[in-house]
Amino acid sequence: MLKIENLHVSYGGIRALRGISLEVPDGKIVTLIGANGAGKSTTLRTISGLVKADSGSISYDGEELLGMPIYKILEKGIAMVPEGRRVFTNLTVRENLKIGAYLRNDKAQIEKDLDWVYELFPRLKERDWQLAGTLSGGEQQMLAVARALMSKPKLIMMDEPSLGLAPLVVKGIFDIIRQINDQGVTVLLIEQNANMALKIADYAYVLETGLIGLTGTGRELLVNEDVKRAYLGS
Amino acid sequence: MDALKTTLPYIISGISVGGQYALIAIGYTMVYGILRLINFAHGDVFMVAGLMMVYLAASLPLYLAIPLVILLTVALGFTIERVAYKPLRTAPRMSVMISAIGVSYLLQNLALYITGGLNKNYPAIPWISDRISIFGMETSRVTVITPFLTIILVAALVQLINHTKIGMAMRAVSRDFETSQLMGIQINRVISATFIIGTFLAAVGSILFFTNYPGVVPTSGAMPGLKAFVAAVFGGIGSIPGAVIGAFIIGIAESVIKGLDTILIVNGAIDEQIGLATFSDAFTFVLLIIILVFKPTGLFGEKSTDKV
Repeated sequence: MLKIENLHVSYGGIRALRGISLEVPDGKIVTLIGANGAGKSTTLRTISGLVKADSGSISYDGEELLGMPIYKILEKGIAMVPEGRRVFTNLTVRENLKIGAYLRNDKAQIEKDLDWVYELFPRLKERDWQLAGTLSGGEQQMLAVARALMSKPKLIMMDEPSLGLAPLVVKGIFDIIRQINDQGVTVLLIEQNANMALKIADYAYVLETGLIGLTGTGRELLVNEDVKRAYLGS
Repeated sequence: MDALKTTLPYIISGISVGGQYALIAIGYTMVYGILRLINFAHGDVFMVAGLMMVYLAASLPLYLAIPLVILLTVALGFTIERVAYKPLRTAPRMSVMISAIGVSYLLQNLALYITGGLNKNYPAIPWISDRISIFGMETSRVTVITPFLTIILVAALVQLINHTKIGMAMRAVSRDFETSQLMGIQINRVISATFIIGTFLAAVGSILFFTNYPGVVPTSGAMPGLKAFVAAVFGGIGSIPGAVIGAFIIGIAESVIKGLDTILIVNGAIDEQIGLATFSDAFTFVLLIIILVFKPTGLFGEKSTDKV
């Protein structure tokens, strides 16, 4: 289980997170929703080690993650699909996947996992030798997810995976998230598309300017009047 | 036939000089590819490698001195990165560049202090500095070896970058620091590896280069360093094949210009020496200006795409 307690993070004087606490139980899908600038990305970036925290604690299976180098956190089984996909456009699709398994040395198993992600994303298999820069936005998002899966994570964090994608593609991405979760991977999801996110989530947290507002199961928040008004547009 | 016979030696020596520039230019282009930094100290590292050879060969046999020079030069390149560039990783790019200029002057002045500014005779390396005759022209064996050695080293390097794990990591880091870190890549290691490769090639280049020259002075690195830098820009900075091709073109053009008077006299175009050789350095820098004005990305440079 991932457990965040009283986390404070600031960027050059701006306090992005002002003491948030949340839990991501194993095997669940947890989502963070909230407006732009509420601190959603900052939360994920702090967990992954990209951003340093001022105070508080982030623990995973009882082990403190704050202060750990980024690669160690990945080694613990926490992978991230960054915002805006960020695939390596100068590498081929296959190389992008291989670099996802950079810390692993079990060559035979890596080959098997390549087959596994190609099964999840048949479109990527067709484009195996293409440079990632030639893929469409939706395919790049698939690649970014597949690349994170190649590290064999126990917990996968996704930062706005639906951003800028066509509705049909978004549906495909959410189907994949569910499939990944069914295979036992815990998911921590950030979304502006609150409707889709809440439908898929076991638990949800609403972030408001660096603080946790509401919490509850996805279903509860989906029918909550405040959430409806602020994030679901009805 | 006569014209060819006069021109050929200049071309051969140009190819050789080009190979030496190429070995230095790769260091510029690789470091730029990863850090977006023009490593101004690179030419001076090349000079220090020359001086190390002078001092080490004086007390050690060559079969020990040569590997030791290469090893120490690599250690120097590694240390410079760790001490002068790594602490500035998150600083503006201009700060790192100024730090590089600082290192450049530091090395030159240290060399000045140690040598007293005197020309130090470069040791003659048997076999490679032997005189040989090729196509009826007299030259040292190093002239013939250089282009082949360069091509072998470049081929090995391209292989490393395209087909090994560390090579893949280098390409990833050159595109996106942050995402590379999310893949578990320790970027400082990759950057160190880049400096190690770059200085290794510069060390080999220095042995080939100085063998053809009488000696080393503290500013010996400046001119070849600048020329290699122009070659890297000409080829498209960040591109290894670009840097190599750029270096060969500059080397050949320079050498032919040095012999242009003689070539033209033989062809009957002019009657006496008119001093065109003076323009051989100027040519390189005019080329730099032309490239920067008309094709700033160079021959093989990528268009800079904005990361969104």
